[in-house]
Parts: sequence; structure tokens; C-alpha cells
Amino acid sequence: MHIKKIRVVEDALDANNTIARANREDFDRAGVTVVNFMSSPGAGKTTLLERALEALDHELRLGVLEGDVQGSLDADRLAHHHAPVVQINTDAGFGGECHLDANMVRSALSSLPLDDIDLLVVENVGNLVCPAEFRIGEDARVMAASVTEGEDKPLKYPLMFRACDFVLVNKIDLLPHLDFDLDAFLANLEAVHPGVPYALVSARTGEGLDAWYDWLRDVERQGREAA
Amino acid sequence: MHEMAIAGSVLDGVLRHAEGKRVTHVQLKIGHLRQVVPSSLEFSWTLVTRGTAAEDADLGIERIEAIGACRSCGQETRQAGFPFQCGLCGDYALDVVSGNELLIDWLEVEDPVTA
Repeated sequence: MHIKKIRVVEDALDANNTIARANREDFDRAGVTVVNFMSSPGAGKTTLLERALEALDHELRLGVLEGDVQGSLDADRLAHHHAPVVQINTDAGFGGECHLDANMVRSALSSLPLDDIDLLVVENVGNLVCPAEFRIGEDARVMAASVTEGEDKPLKYPLMFRACDFVLVNKIDLLPHLDFDLDAFLANLEAVHPGVPYALVSARTGEGLDAWYDWLRDVERQGREAA
Repeated sequence: MHEMAIAGSVLDGVLRHAEGKRVTHVQLKIGHLRQVVPSSLEFSWTLVTRGTAAEDADLGIERIEAIGACRSCGQETRQAGFPFQCGLCGDYALDVVSGNELLIDWLEVEDPVTA
């Protein structure tokens, strides 16, 4: 018996990336642009998504994939819009994962009418750490960071802030009531992810949301033109 | 984070490459920027490999330092973490040259000697 050395040089997360590529192929075949929407719990993803569904309903065929550990609260909130909404629960056969991965997203694809969707928004599980590590087959990634979370968060969670193509700074209507240092936040954001586009918004009052809608429109158009 | 899931994923790759042979060593390259705790991964590895061809395989981890290439002056400097800052000119806009790896580098298997 002798020992043989085998050279591998392969990504340890190959399995997830392989499934993400398979998702990507299915999305491309159906002409769907996919956005992965991440944030900490309570930053305002679902409300921002509601605003987007209302605003873009007549120009884009939107679809939503909701990721939560448990329950269908978010999917229920969005159900009255025209867009198809599918809920994934990570505790239903996936072990209560704190993030969505390519496999979980793949399991939900058959429930979505992909041929009738131009832009699919995947609302990830509220979590500033893990979702950044797992590709799901998306075209673009966006995150919401609310002003109530503090200006130091880009420094504390650099991978998430670096992983995203666009940052929505939400709840700016609350600024008069907070000691939040917006300049410091933006400087921290720039230090951790130089040049990342961002928008100052309030999902509640509607302020600044055009930048959010325009970003979604741009991503969808780029996805469509690249196909 | 998710050292258990990562260990499971590594095992999948290892068993695939080992093609049924008993595995004695698995060598990983883990970049400094990855959110992985080596001791946690080692522990998870002992759990996931039980009853498999990699049950007694040692897990070796080579840490790869984070190096950033400055977009302003071009210099590559070692980075302790984020935010990146060029060690030469102090600029913040750097591209990651190394540090993001999470690789199965090589493995060793028992190869029955053929007569």
C-alpha cells in the first residue's frame, strides 16, 4: 500500500456554486434577471420591496422569492400585489439555515412561473453575515442598511457591504430622532467598498425611492441586454 | 461561519476525487478574508467524515494572507483586514489579490500496490 497524492485545487464550496450556475442557466433560459436582496433583520427589505412592487407593477413583470427561517409573514404581506410570490422556509427540511443558498433557491424554482417574470427579487433571510457567502445564481446584489443600526456597521460587517452592488440607506425619516452620523457612515462605507453606489431613502415616506426603482430598472435592462 | 456545511462540502469534493480510496490527508487553502474558524472546521471535519473513506484523514489548513493591489499606485500590500488601505500611498481603493480562497488544494489516498 502506498500513498498517492492527488492535486485538486477546487473551490470547497463547489457544490453550492455548481447549483448556483444551474440556477443561472434556468434563469437565462427563461429570460429572468435576478436580484439578491440582503440586510440585517428589520432594516426594511419587505417594505422596500412593497414600494417597488407598487411602483414597477405596470412596467415590469416582477416575481418575489421570500426567504425566512419560519413562517409566511413576508409572503403574506406581498400577496395582494400582482407579482407571484413564493416563500422558502429554511427550517422546512433545510435545518433552519440563517441564509439562502443555491440549493434552497433551486428547490423553489418549480413553484415560480419563470417564463412570466422579467425581474425576480430574492428577499434573503435577515442576516448581515452569512448570505454574503452564498451565491444563488443572481445577477446583482443589493442591501438595505437602516440608519437605526449605527454608522459603524460597514466596518463591522465588511464582507456584506463589499458583496453588494448597491446600498439602500433606509429610514432616513428617523434621522432627526437619532444620533446617527450619516457622514461617518458614508465614509465607512466608502472605505470598505470604494465607489459603491448608494441611495438615501425612506420606505415609509417615499423619499429617495426613485433611485431604488431606477436601479432595479437598470439591472433588469442590463440582464435582458446581456442575454 | 457554517464550518459544518463547509466541512460537508469539502467531504463531497474529497470523496469525489478519492474515487473510493481511503483518504489519509486533505490539504485546504483558506484565505484570511474568509469567515471560517479553523478549529471549528477541524471539529466539524471529524464529525462529517465518520463512517466515510475519509474517516481518519488529517485536515491540513494553509492560511493565505490577504493582499490588496492599490488602484492608485499599483503597489500590492498585505492587508490585516477590512477596510483595505494601501501600505504605500494610503488610498482605500484596492483590489483583492489573495485572501478569498476556500480551496481543496490536494489530498493523499492509500493506493493499493498492484502486483
